[in-house]
Parts: sequence; C-alpha cells; structure tokens
Amino acid sequence: MRTYLDFEKPVAELEAKVEELRAMQSGENPVAIEEDISRLETKAAVALRDLYSSLTPWQKTQVARHPQRPHCLDYVAGLITDFVSLQGDRKFGDDDAVVGGFGRFRGASVCVIGQEKGSTTEGRLKHNFGMAKPEGYRKAVRLMEMADRFSIPVIALVDTAGAYPGIGAEERGQAEAIARSTDACLNLSVPNVAVILGEGGSGGAIAIATASRVLMLEHAIYSVISPEGAASILWHDSTKAQEAATNMKITAEDLAKYNIIDQIITEPIGGAHRNPPAAIVSTGEAIANALAEFDGLSPAAIRQQRRQKFLAIGRNIG
Amino acid sequence: MNWISNVVRPKIRNFLARRDTPENMWIKCPESGQLVFYKDVEANQFVIPVSDYHMRIGAETRLRMLFDGGEYEDVALPEVATDPLRFRDQRRYADRLKDARTKTGLQDAIKVATGTLEGLPVTAAVQDFDFMGGSLGMAAGEAVIAGLETAVKNETPFIMFAASGGARMQEGILSLMQLPRTTVAVQMLREIKQPYIVVLTNPTTGGVTASYAMLGDVHIAEPGALIGFAGPRVIEQTIREKLPEGFQRAEYLRDHGMVDMVVHRHELRGVIASLCRVLTKAPAADKTLTQLIANLPAPAEA
Repeated sequence: MRTYLDFEKPVAELEAKVEELRAMQSGENPVAIEEDISRLETKAAVALRDLYSSLTPWQKTQVARHPQRPHCLDYVAGLITDFVSLQGDRKFGDDDAVVGGFGRFRGASVCVIGQEKGSTTEGRLKHNFGMAKPEGYRKAVRLMEMADRFSIPVIALVDTAGAYPGIGAEERGQAEAIARSTDACLNLSVPNVAVILGEGGSGGAIAIATASRVLMLEHAIYSVISPEGAASILWHDSTKAQEAATNMKITAEDLAKYNIIDQIITEPIGGAHRNPPAAIVSTGEAIANALAEFDGLSPAAIRQQRRQKFLAIGRNIG
Repeated sequence: MNWISNVVRPKIRNFLARRDTPENMWIKCPESGQLVFYKDVEANQFVIPVSDYHMRIGAETRLRMLFDGGEYEDVALPEVATDPLRFRDQRRYADRLKDARTKTGLQDAIKVATGTLEGLPVTAAVQDFDFMGGSLGMAAGEAVIAGLETAVKNETPFIMFAASGGARMQEGILSLMQLPRTTVAVQMLREIKQPYIVVLTNPTTGGVTASYAMLGDVHIAEPGALIGFAGPRVIEQTIREKLPEGFQRAEYLRDHGMVDMVVHRHELRGVIASLCRVLTKAPAADKTLTQLIANLPAPAEA
C-alpha cells in the first residue's frame, strides 16, 4: 500500500480511480475501458509531475520524512557489496541509529557510515528513529580513523532528525561526541562524500556530513533545527512550522545557492519513495563521480581542500 | 527612517543603555533570593557573596578580569553579511541584531583580544550571552576563527570563555556551518602545539558545545554553569520525565568526565595562567598549579 501525503490528495484520487477501473477490467465481466485507464494514468502522472516540480519547503519536509522513502540500509544494500557491519564504539556500547562498516563500492573498498531511521515499527525502535547517541558518533569516529589508516574513502549517508536528546546521551557527552566526530571528518586524509538522503538534522547531521563533497537528494532537507523546533522557539507557536521551513532555507535548491552543498541528486518523479531503485542508482552515480574527483590527490591536498571548502562557506555572501 | 533615526538615535540609546548600573542599586541572587548591594557584587568579580552564585558577565568585564592590569588589545574581526537569509520570525532578524548591538555595545556575540596573563602573551575570546543569547552565527564563527588564527600567528595559547544558547537560528544552515568551520581553526592551533583552554560559563549549550567548546585541551567550568547539548526543556519534553537534581551543571559534567575541573571565579585567572605556563613549558610564576588545585573544593562523592 502506498502512503500518500496530505498534499498528494489529487494524485491519490486519480490513482485510486485507476486501480478501481483495473479491478473492473480484470473482474468477471471485463469491460473495454483500456482507453479510460490510460487517459487517467496520464492525468495522474502529469498531476504528480506538476506537483513535485514545485514542492514548498514544508512539503519537501514531509517527503524527506516519508515512511516509504529509501533509508540508509536500502542504499547500503543497493550500492555496497561485501558489506561488513561493525558494531560498537569500544568505550561504552553500540548504537543502531548509526550503521557503519566496510565493503565494496563498484569494486573498490569503502567505509560507510550512515544514520538509519528504520522502515518498520520494529526497525524504527531498534534504530531509535535515526537519532544517534554519543556511542553512535564515537563509533563513527572509530570507523573514520580506521578508514584513514587503511586509506579507504568514506561514504556518509545522512538521515536524522537530530542527535537524541536524553538523559543518558547528555550524561555520556553528546556534545563532545558530535564535536569529535566533526573533528574526525576534518582530519581524514582520504576523501569523504556525504549524501543527505532525507533529513539533515543539525549537529546530529554535521557530525558525519563534514565532507569533501556534500551531495543532497532533490527533496531532502538540511537545517540547523527542525521547522517545528524553530517555530516553537522563534514564533512560540509550533503551528508556524510551515513558515519556519520557508524562512530557514532548508531545501537542496536553496542550499546549493549558498554553496552549502555541492550537488543535487535528482529524484524519480514523485519522490524517491515512488521508485527507490532509481533513486539509489542516481545516488550511486553521484557518489562515484564525487569520489573520482579526488583520484590521485595527496592526503595533504585532500585535507586542505576540505578545510578550505568549509572556511569559504558564507564568505562570499553579499 | 532617516539618518537621524538610523545613526543618532541608536547612539543615544547606546549611551543610555550602557551607563553603569547605579552604585546604590540592590540586586537579588537568582539562587538564594538574598538581596545584595551591587557594588559588593561587582567588587567580588560578580560572584554573589554567601551564596557564591556566579553571575553572567559581559565580554569587556571578562577580558579586564583576565588580562594583566585589565589591559588588552582588541583583535579586529572580519565583517560578515548581515541577515544572509533575510530572516523574519515575529520580528525581522535585522531589527533584533540592531537592538542587540545597542544593548551590548558589541558588534556581535564574540569579542577577541590579546594581552598578557601573568606575563605570558595569550589570546582570548569571550562570548557575551547578552548578545542574542551568545548565539553562534556567521559573525561569532568568524570571531572564533580570527581568535584562533591570531593565536596561531602569535604562537600563544588560546582561551575561550564560552556562553551560548547555541546556533543562531535566524542564520539557518549558515549557523550550523560554524561547527565545522570553527573546528578547522581549532585544528590549526593544535598543529602549532599551543594550548587551547575552554572555560564553560553559564550557560553553554547547543552547537557551541557540539564544536569548539568541547574540543579544548583543558575544559574548565564555572560553578553551577549549565552545560549540555540539548537544553533541559527539550529533554524533558522528549522523555517526559523530571530531570535529576544538578543535571547538566558544571559539577555533573566534571563527575561524568566532560570537564577537567570546576573553578571558582576568584581562582580562575590563576588556574588558567598556571596551565598555560606549564603546557607551554614557560618558567613558573609565583603560584604553582598544584597549590591552586589543592585549594579547589573536593569532588562530590559518586
């Protein structure tokens, strides 16, 4: 069953009609309505394309959080072979919100670190909805240091509402863990490519998204705070999330203008959740191209590029 | 709007707002509720006598308290784009900025200075909570970077007095980008092997703790300071439980391994000076670090 978002209602209605007609056609008394079906299908496809060509920031926020949107592990399954998941930060514990390990991407060794939200109720609980605790970030640091030692590039798959705000997380130094993870990204002598898959939520995202190249899916969002959070803090009114989403400039298109991200990955019409394999293939293509740009660069040059890239952010805004 | 309202009025307001608090004023201790004479508090480095509550202090006062003879030289800070997102919530961000400048006399939340500390040249940066909650935006980020770069250029230790509610939301993603940007600058200081000392003051939370404020060689906290990643309100809302007593306070962080020591403001200058000297292998000043540490209150039983 496809889950429709509120704003997809017109498309949902058309597609429901198509389904209805199809059922009639394949029923006991088939009727010749092939023409009607294809007419409606075209209409639905056009409506979907039009709708998705001009999504508002708030609509994108909903698409980015769509329960059927492909998540980190879907990308790992689709892009990485021989993947070995590694667990634990070697200090306190493991955190399933952060998935990490080594494998092959188009034949070459890579380290993959990503936030997994989970796709079923059970999965969501297991992965804590993609909200990492200090252990998750410390595991990321551990894997990045390992990747660096073996000169293996890092792919970071970002999809989190933010780092988990809880007593245990604070007790074990959530802030320090995030800071060290960003630090570790900047220390890498191998290239790292970050892809914002869905939500790039604040410090919880930047901890692994401080990368040589930052790519972002067309309908993903990346922000300093969730639109709801901003609404409640700045407007003192959580119903102002739409306004906050617009004002904060959280879409891929906006972020490309501010040079926060390097490339937008086009999603299938109707969003990545309509055609996960296609979204995964385009993402793989973009990652391969980004990594190829660093072929032959010295470790020092790789570190320098990353530092300069981040230092330059914001300096050319008039 | 004309030049009078743009230029003259803020200056007048500035003058009025920045006038010193009248010497005969009484203030109330936020912790114990006791009434104290402002002058006594000021003479006591803005620590309330008896309750020992550490009041927030402005950037200039903090710098005067740190440097020898209260003398320091301001480090010029780079200009940044004002209101890059043309942000508006209930008010225009541009107006909020203007008000904060008038209120504090500062250009933005962070001030950077150089001078000597017990004879040793040091660079220091202070985050002023009165300037939009000490929030980290492009200007503050550039200030931290400029401070660290100055320390690198002059080969001095860098002392960061942090105080912040976190990222400046009105600058959106550009404020988030200050986390990696300032971290780059911390790495530069590390490379020339100069000490980086962070003093966490009340309160330091959010993006600031998730970057430069938690990357020091040594973390010192002022007593009772609230320090954490997520604010207590957010945590309470998430877990729907009351938070334990003393949660996210300086002493709690020390007990949980996130800060090295909790130091009374009266001892702060001496501790920082000794640390800088020991870590840079400079000859000892008259007081030794061992003595100072011995004078600290004993850590709480676990």
